[in-house]
Amino acid sequence: MRDRYSPLLELTICRAKEFLREPEALFWVFAFPVLLAIALGLAFREKGPDKIPVGVVAVQERAAAADQTLQALAQSPVLLPRRYEAAEGREALRTGKISLLVEVGAPLVFRFDETRPDSRIARLEADNALQQAAGRKDAVAVQAEKVTEKGSRYIDFLIPGLLGMNLMGSGIWSLAFSVTTARNRKILKRLVATPMHKSHYLLSQILGRLWFLIPEIFVLIGGGWLLFDVAVRGSLLLLTVICLLGSMTFCGIGLLIASRVSTIEGASGLANLVMLPMWLLSGVFFSSERFPDAVQPFINALPLTALNQALRGVITEARTLPEISVQLAILAAWGLLSFGVALKIFRWR
Amino acid sequence: MTNETSNTAVRCRGLVKRYADVVAVNGLDLEVIRGECFGLLGPNGAGKTTTIEILEGLTVPDAGEVEILGTSWDRDGNALRERLGISLQETQLTEKLTVGETIRLFRSFYRNGRDPEQVLAQLSLDEKRNARVGKLSGGQKQRLAVACALVGDPEMLFLDEPTTGLDPQSRLQLWQQVVDFRAGGGTVLLTTHYMDEAERLCDRVAIVDRGKVIALGTPAELISTLHAANVIEFASEPEIDEASLRALPGVTEAYRRGPNWALPVGTLAHTVPLLLALIERSGARLVHLTTHQATLEDVFVAHTGRALREG
Repeated sequence: MRDRYSPLLELTICRAKEFLREPEALFWVFAFPVLLAIALGLAFREKGPDKIPVGVVAVQERAAAADQTLQALAQSPVLLPRRYEAAEGREALRTGKISLLVEVGAPLVFRFDETRPDSRIARLEADNALQQAAGRKDAVAVQAEKVTEKGSRYIDFLIPGLLGMNLMGSGIWSLAFSVTTARNRKILKRLVATPMHKSHYLLSQILGRLWFLIPEIFVLIGGGWLLFDVAVRGSLLLLTVICLLGSMTFCGIGLLIASRVSTIEGASGLANLVMLPMWLLSGVFFSSERFPDAVQPFINALPLTALNQALRGVITEARTLPEISVQLAILAAWGLLSFGVALKIFRWR
Repeated sequence: MTNETSNTAVRCRGLVKRYADVVAVNGLDLEVIRGECFGLLGPNGAGKTTTIEILEGLTVPDAGEVEILGTSWDRDGNALRERLGISLQETQLTEKLTVGETIRLFRSFYRNGRDPEQVLAQLSLDEKRNARVGKLSGGQKQRLAVACALVGDPEMLFLDEPTTGLDPQSRLQLWQQVVDFRAGGGTVLLTTHYMDEAERLCDRVAIVDRGKVIALGTPAELISTLHAANVIEFASEPEIDEASLRALPGVTEAYRRGPNWALPVGTLAHTVPLLLALIERSGARLVHLTTHQATLEDVFVAHTGRALREG
């Protein structure tokens, strides 16, 4: 037994123990992001481009000619031809099951929707395959060289986004839940009835969240590296600094969320309200550049966007501190602002 | 203004606290002497908890002055916290922590305090040291709450409804803690709606109703204001009118208590036969008759016309 008592240390140890005794929290922080990465990694794994489905129909008893056409199309590496009855073929084209319908008659007809890129490719490929089968010789010989660049796969995009999302989630949830529960159960009131320094309590909440930052980064980055060969190209130290800053920023936002509410429902509603837009807008699962230009300044000012950009910068593009200073400044500003407001309006009772 | 050496532990004057649509405390005055156990007795909603929380510095009153151990909350709040032990009404502690971790945490807040192990042993919680707070019984939780109040080695204890909802054995155990704390020179202010608790533990009691002190004194003094050692409670069919009851020799007071009439009397042997004769004469039928020694409950009923538990 220690004989000296440090309230900050005791508060932090208690907070950490509380977290470790919450199996659900452990699952959401450590297991969930890895499971999500595995699921998405499998769903979007690199397996070469899909073949384009093409339909073939015989017009006026030309079944033999249609079979020849089918064989010729099957020679193409890009096309996946299939025979249809006349009416079925039109139906399949209309409902998008096939990208191109080849009607074998006199003349041969390509039926397709010109606005669909896959249909246009199918038309060119089908034409090429049929002409070659009929004996056309290429005037110029070309050789195709196929490229898949590491760092440009979906999983390379996804892992930093998941790390960012996780830092946001664990920061906001751990603060919002723990503080709101303490207020709801009147534990806060009991604590302020002691000579405890209020700053020690708030600091312990943040420290109680930060200590598991290292295992959290390790699980996601290590998991991404082991399972999907996603390597960190930039500095690991810089990566840690970004995670630390990001985490503290979201602790601040979590504290702000929990500064006045006294029910878990209220806190979780507010937390979802804050996080949901960022899951969609801030480039976790897909690039935020898909949104219109007009909203880009808004999206770029969101803390999760800044965090994700900084993480992607270091993990996939090997960027250095000066190159991501804008993102770090945005994060710091959100953190300071949230802490400041939270401390001003915090309700201890 | 008193100073540190004064023998007043708590003094408050003209306390007022309003919430949205109710006045919880309505001009309340109190004075607690050092070394005594003082009880705030009253029904639920009388303003006891609001009053004690104002005195504990947890609630800011709308009006009134508070002086605790010779100082005040705005003058020296933090130093004052070092000297007080507080148990809130139904204190809930973090369920995922163990008893030992909880008491250690509370100990760490105080500059000078007691050995956590010793406090746990004193409250017979030492064997529960490694049990999670969430797994404790109601009595054990309440004992832990009192342990957290004692671990800072306070000069004064504030206990808000310390035994509400507890089994008889746990109540006795907590009562013993109060007795021991006082024996060591400590001052206690507690709230309760159990008259037996107030009678057993408190040197002086303030009966509180609707945010005001309606009676103050030692339990014996308060009971003596009834001018009766005993109380007869009865009901008859049909009812006997109040004037006839008051006219009975030895009856000083007649008031309703639920469906019954309550009559504080000096000597039961003298008044009971007269009452029975009165009922007989009136052609009524006796449906209920009990007698008991006068208690603080009777004082409260005599003042308010309501029973303590009815609120």
